[in-house]
Amino acid sequence: MTTTDAADFLDALTRRLGPDRVLTGAAPMAAYESDALTAFRARPRAVVLVDSAEEVVDVVRLCAGANVPFLARGSGTSLSGGSLPVHDGVVIAMNRLNRILEVDPVRRTAVVEPGVVNLAVSDAAEPYGLYYSPDPSSQSVCTIGGNLAFNSGGAHCLKYGMTSNHVLGLEVVLPDGEVIEIGGDSLEGVGPDLVGLFVGSEGLFGIATKITLRLLPKPETYFTLLAAYDSLAAAGEAVAAVVASGLLPGAMEIMDNLAIEAAEAAVGAGYPLDAEGLLIVELEGEEQQVAAESELLLEVVRKSKPYLEHIASDPDDRMRIWKGRKSAFSAVGRLSPDYIVQDGVVPRSRLGEALTKIQHLGEEHGIRVANVFHAGDGNLHPLILFDGRVEGELERAEELAGEILRLCIDLGGSITGEHGVGMEKRQYLGEMFGEADLDAMRRIRMAIDPGELANRGKMFPDAEAPALLSHAPHPLEAAGVISRE
Amino acid sequence: MKGAPSRPGSAAEVAEAVRGAELVLPRGGGTKPALWSVEGADVLDLSTLSGITEYLPSEYTVTALAGTPLAEVEARLAAEGQYLPFDPLLVAAGSTVGGAVAAGANGPGRLRYGGLRDFLLAVTFIDGRGEIVRGGARVVKNAAGFDLPKLMVGSLGRLGVLTECTFKVFPHPESCATLRVAGMALDEAIEAAGRVGAGAVEIECLDLVHGLAGWDLEIRIGGRSFALDARLKRAADLLDTDVATLSGDADVTHWRTRREFGWASPDTSVLKLPLTPATAGALEQVLADLDASQVARVYSAGIQQAFVAWPAERVADLPALDHALTQSKLTALALRAPAGAGNQPVLGYRTGGELLRRVEQALDPAGRFGRRA
Ligand SMILES: Cc1cc2nc3c(=O)[nH]c(=O)nc-3n(C[C@H](O)[C@H](O)[C@H](O)COP(=O)(O)OP(=O)(O)OC[C@H]3O[C@@H](n4cnc5c(N)ncnc54)[C@H](O)[C@@H]3O)c2cc1C
Ligand SMILES: Cc1cc2nc3c(=O)[nH]c(=O)nc-3n(C[C@H](O)[C@H](O)[C@H](O)COP(=O)(O)OP(=O)(O)OC[C@H]3O[C@@H](n4cnc5c(N)ncnc54)[C@H](O)[C@@H]3O)c2cc1C
Repeated sequence: MTTTDAADFLDALTRRLGPDRVLTGAAPMAAYESDALTAFRARPRAVVLVDSAEEVVDVVRLCAGANVPFLARGSGTSLSGGSLPVHDGVVIAMNRLNRILEVDPVRRTAVVEPGVVNLAVSDAAEPYGLYYSPDPSSQSVCTIGGNLAFNSGGAHCLKYGMTSNHVLGLEVVLPDGEVIEIGGDSLEGVGPDLVGLFVGSEGLFGIATKITLRLLPKPETYFTLLAAYDSLAAAGEAVAAVVASGLLPGAMEIMDNLAIEAAEAAVGAGYPLDAEGLLIVELEGEEQQVAAESELLLEVVRKSKPYLEHIASDPDDRMRIWKGRKSAFSAVGRLSPDYIVQDGVVPRSRLGEALTKIQHLGEEHGIRVANVFHAGDGNLHPLILFDGRVEGELERAEELAGEILRLCIDLGGSITGEHGVGMEKRQYLGEMFGEADLDAMRRIRMAIDPGELANRGKMFPDAEAPALLSHAPHPLEAAGVISRE
Repeated sequence: MKGAPSRPGSAAEVAEAVRGAELVLPRGGGTKPALWSVEGADVLDLSTLSGITEYLPSEYTVTALAGTPLAEVEARLAAEGQYLPFDPLLVAAGSTVGGAVAAGANGPGRLRYGGLRDFLLAVTFIDGRGEIVRGGARVVKNAAGFDLPKLMVGSLGRLGVLTECTFKVFPHPESCATLRVAGMALDEAIEAAGRVGAGAVEIECLDLVHGLAGWDLEIRIGGRSFALDARLKRAADLLDTDVATLSGDADVTHWRTRREFGWASPDTSVLKLPLTPATAGALEQVLADLDASQVARVYSAGIQQAFVAWPAERVADLPALDHALTQSKLTALALRAPAGAGNQPVLGYRTGGELLRRVEQALDPAGRFGRRA
């Protein structure tokens, strides 16, 4: 693009949105240069603050006309570099598109704009006894738009699924500015599941401007059990036994000793400090059913011989248990100046093997690794602790992270359960999938977006990467607003 | 149709067959291909590409070749106390794994945990260039790459020939029973359904069945045997009227018959329409306008879908139905069709055409799978 073309393009953006909503220059754009994967930074050409779907359409059309790459940005909490700006591209900040357009208690749906914060949907549904199920631990800040781009999950996704299982309909601006509607407000559909294809596409297919979500009735009651073991393997075996019993808990989480210690120091959740493995199992649903299931659960868990068990006595006690779990990552982060979170998946029955190997890999590299994970669905969250100020530590940590991802692939799992491929895991996508698989994905991308304008450079292994900087907590995390899971 | 169907025995043979053909039509268990037979197409009969390749009860995953009868899959799962929660249709009729995914249809039980789209974890398919493509992963949680498994749900053989699929499975409820209220007015039944649905009791199935004496409301509840009676009573109290109860074998047979379309006479076309409690009225109006208020029909899965049995003698009115559905923004998929019922599986309103056109262009540039629907 020539200098005159570039100036014309910025003029056109400014004419459409007014000067206050088109940010250029280093200082105003600084906050948009990276996401929660702070190792990567890139300077965009401009950041635009949009107020309506029509403005998104017009901005996308201007970008398409001038062949300028763009991406939508929610709250920038991506842990994989998904909302890292495309160099010289436009960042379309969606946060002002944050209206809840409708909550329908009969259909049990909510229609929202993409900048609505995850938790705000449940808050709006609360008066009707409903809630929005996927619960990433960043839920007080991350947006529905970001959630759907990554198919985000949380601790309670075992029974009712991830974001994709809760999105019914979309209005989408395709990368050339064409607007389409897909899905609807029914749980059922006809024809290829295009909503299913769009969710999890990491912003590569365009921008969602209106989203119809499914709401669920709030569970009447919970039964939350904490069990402490003297080995991680024993906690893992308890999970296998619960699965074999035919129970379907809402959540099954495990923490290792380092994570327990850190969580205790941070929030005082009442966890036993000497446990090598701590299991949290939660049943949810109607009273009679949960009462009947909890008897079976206790019987099964007792057979796995925990040295200590604790049943949440009331809602406050339950909240305390979850607070420890949900703050575990940022708490572990305090033990170290920097850390990387991975989120690979392994078959549940190979959790023990995976954890032992991760421990060995950490020892080999001389790097401490803490573990907190969604045991019920085999989703690991190894936390790799390092000090970015020490020469070579970042590189060693990255290397260890890569070996852990390869381990997940070798065990028949996946490189990501919920954080997405983004910028960070691109090179491993080609190890998980074959050339023909990637080629099919690439062809779909190119047919939808021949100019590769939408979120250029993400997900596919062959794209160019910006320079590595350092891993530090997300600004919101440092401020204690959010914590990692 | 061209010559005898070919019967590939492996994904590689399917790929070869696709590469050698101009127009390909995959067929699973389809006993009555009349509805979707395509002039001049090579039929790929996938019934020999059959068998469960991996079943890991402790992982909640099962993988099977596309031609595997769902009846075989369900039997294997049942032996371990597990099931396919999306409640596949026409299982006894011979429906296959690939056909079920390609049709993308679900039974009444999809209400509890979700539809086939929510339980399909991984696929292998042959695209229109004859390449073997894998998407998803054989674990219950995965966010890597585009969600190609979901794209194949409802694709009706137009985006690729499925050769292998992995599903998530769940433990089966220990026991189930059904509450039934007969002869309600539709409004009254929808209102009662909403009341029970909004209550605390978790429901497996909730169907409204049209009959001569009005609408029957049927609510199936499942879970630990020990708690079932108390939960049935709790739901019945919300209905506040005479309630009959079906349990044991009667309950099981009842819902089997529903998903085999045993309630619809065999010469009817059975259509599935996505619905909500708020759009049921619009469908009723369409049927009334076409003088079809007496056709057998069920509003299923918490009124999220309708199954409508369109009579054989009214086949000539299908174009009128297509038009009326489009006007009312309703869509229908033919799930069963007698010979001579036309060759259009989808009727009514469509969305996403432009996106679909681009996806078809990517996966099937030469149009080997046709450009139907
Ligand atoms: C402390 C912490 C805890 C976390 N815990 C979890 C967790 O428990 N589970 C989990 O899954 N994730 C978790 N995450 C990751 C992150 O919060 C999620 O990925 C979240 O969905 C990102 O939302 P966002 O609004 O910040 O999106 P952003 O980071 O702004 O964007 C993410 C991606 O979405 C795209 N996007 C945004 N809006 C749209 C739109 N309207 N249309 C199309 N694409 C769009 C962007 O282009 C980008 O590619 C955590 C992150 C942090 C920092
Ligand atoms: C258009 C249509 C008509 C139907 N007509 C009947 C009928 O007359 N009688 C009846 O009992 N059921 C019928 N069904 C219902 C359907 O068969 C059931 O819903 C069942 O789930 C499909 O399984 P099947 O193995 O019988 O598939 P089939 O009925 O053989 O095929 C259904 C659809 O799936 C496609 N398909 C099948 N296998 C594959 C594969 N491996 N890869 C890609 N695509 C595949 C076919 O091309 C077709 O579009 C019909 C479904 C559709 C979509």
